[in-house]
Amino acid sequence: MSDLRKSFGSHVVLRDVSLTVERGECVVLIGASGSGKSTLLRCINLLEPIDDGVIRLEGEDITDPRVSADGVRGRMGIVFQAYNLFPHLSVIDNITLAPRRVHKVPRSEARVRGMAALARVGLQDKAAARPDDLSGGQQQRVAIARALVNDPVVMLLDEVTSALDPELVGEVLDLLRELKAEGMTMILNTHEMGFARQVADEVCFLSEGRILESGPPASVLGAPREPRTRQFLSRLQEQ
Amino acid sequence: MPPPDTWRDTGWAPSAVERERAAYRRRRTVRSAGVSALSTLVVVGVATGLLVTSPGWPRVHETYFKWDKAVSSFPAVLTGLWLNLRIMLICAVLIAAFGLLIAVLRTLRGPVFFPLRLFGTAYVDLFRGLPLILVLLLLGYGAPALGLSGVPKSMLFWGCVALVLSYSAYVAEVFRAGIESIHPSQRAAARSLGLTYGQTLRHVVLPQAVRRVVPPLMNDLVSLQKDSGLVSILGITDAIQAARIQTSSDFNYTPYVVAGVLFICLTIPMARFTDWVARRQGFQGTGGHL
Repeated sequence: MSDLRKSFGSHVVLRDVSLTVERGECVVLIGASGSGKSTLLRCINLLEPIDDGVIRLEGEDITDPRVSADGVRGRMGIVFQAYNLFPHLSVIDNITLAPRRVHKVPRSEARVRGMAALARVGLQDKAAARPDDLSGGQQQRVAIARALVNDPVVMLLDEVTSALDPELVGEVLDLLRELKAEGMTMILNTHEMGFARQVADEVCFLSEGRILESGPPASVLGAPREPRTRQFLSRLQEQ
Repeated sequence: MPPPDTWRDTGWAPSAVERERAAYRRRRTVRSAGVSALSTLVVVGVATGLLVTSPGWPRVHETYFKWDKAVSSFPAVLTGLWLNLRIMLICAVLIAAFGLLIAVLRTLRGPVFFPLRLFGTAYVDLFRGLPLILVLLLLGYGAPALGLSGVPKSMLFWGCVALVLSYSAYVAEVFRAGIESIHPSQRAAARSLGLTYGQTLRHVVLPQAVRRVVPPLMNDLVSLQKDSGLVSILGITDAIQAARIQTSSDFNYTPYVVAGVLFICLTIPMARFTDWVARRQGFQGTGGHL
């Protein structure tokens, strides 16, 4: 993506954001609340119209108004902080809704694929449960399965552990590590610096809508150049 | 691309790519406006064609859409409509107050309040079950006939009472749904600050509840506006009664159409206002997370 700009009214949330993510790469966005991390992910998923700039997915300009946004979203998976599962559907129906309705996969096949995705996140025995009957970590794993079932070329993960109790964070992060090991392309934002250090190929520090500093985790997290990055990281360590 | 006046002094101007996209979006908007105009024209044209070519059209046209009859009956019907409007406005205020009171009675807790709860429930059951027209007839002819001293004999008064009684039952249920939709954590937070039950209701629960049910209440208001025409069965000269008087001389029903059109003219601004209120509510939504 190049020269991305996004504003809400007169408030500019993202400016001159340029970023390239290679296949199989994991890019971690860090930064304070309101620095534009979530907005960036939502822009990539075309959930927010951008003001200017170009986002390319496998070489195709997906921000062109002639491109079907639904078609583009079908090739991405996004997972939200608050899970956003559909409470009126069972776990398996949450997962198979998009394959059946969007990709017109027959019910039986969708079920097979859904169960495979559930097995992938280690919850195959919860297929018939309702989201409300699951723990936060389990719900988030279902949400990841729901995003995985469409075989996305890239996964967007928006603070997927922020709403979880500390003891439930681990199970979700373990899952993401496995996905990364399998070669899934991921863009995620998180406040878990230890996790970022482990899985990230590239870390981007966002501040006031700009990518202030980016590079391998060892340099951005280990030896930050920008004073603002240092300030942000030291505040995190105090906690 | 946001509108130019929001670029402000950020020194930003759209890139060539973005300008081309904006031009494409504009062309697309123009094209879809053209398509919708054309399809509307075709649908309206076909419907009009079917209507005017039907065998009975000349007769229907003569009885319902006679222009000079419409013009001659217009002033009387309009005068009647002014009464409808006044009935609606006065009743709306009373209904809102009475409906809210009933709703609060129904949500009171504790055994002490059982009689009040019972009254609220019985009231709502009774007046939601009774057809409005029956309430009108019973009160309009029955209440004055009691001949009690101090009880108004005006049909108009009793017509309004019937409207208020009947509508309050519906509005009370809307308010109650609003009150019950406020999450218990709000009550808990207010009580934890030391507010009494009544203070919690007054300062925390009701303000949120009322805001939330404004759109459905507006719907009831539009409905009340039409139903104010039902008082005509008591012989009150509202728009409908005025139209009836006009038709009785020559059995030409155009005045009814005039009354209908006037009612629609009243309702449409109200409906758009309702939409606007509902849309504005959406921005203050308390819904889920992003």
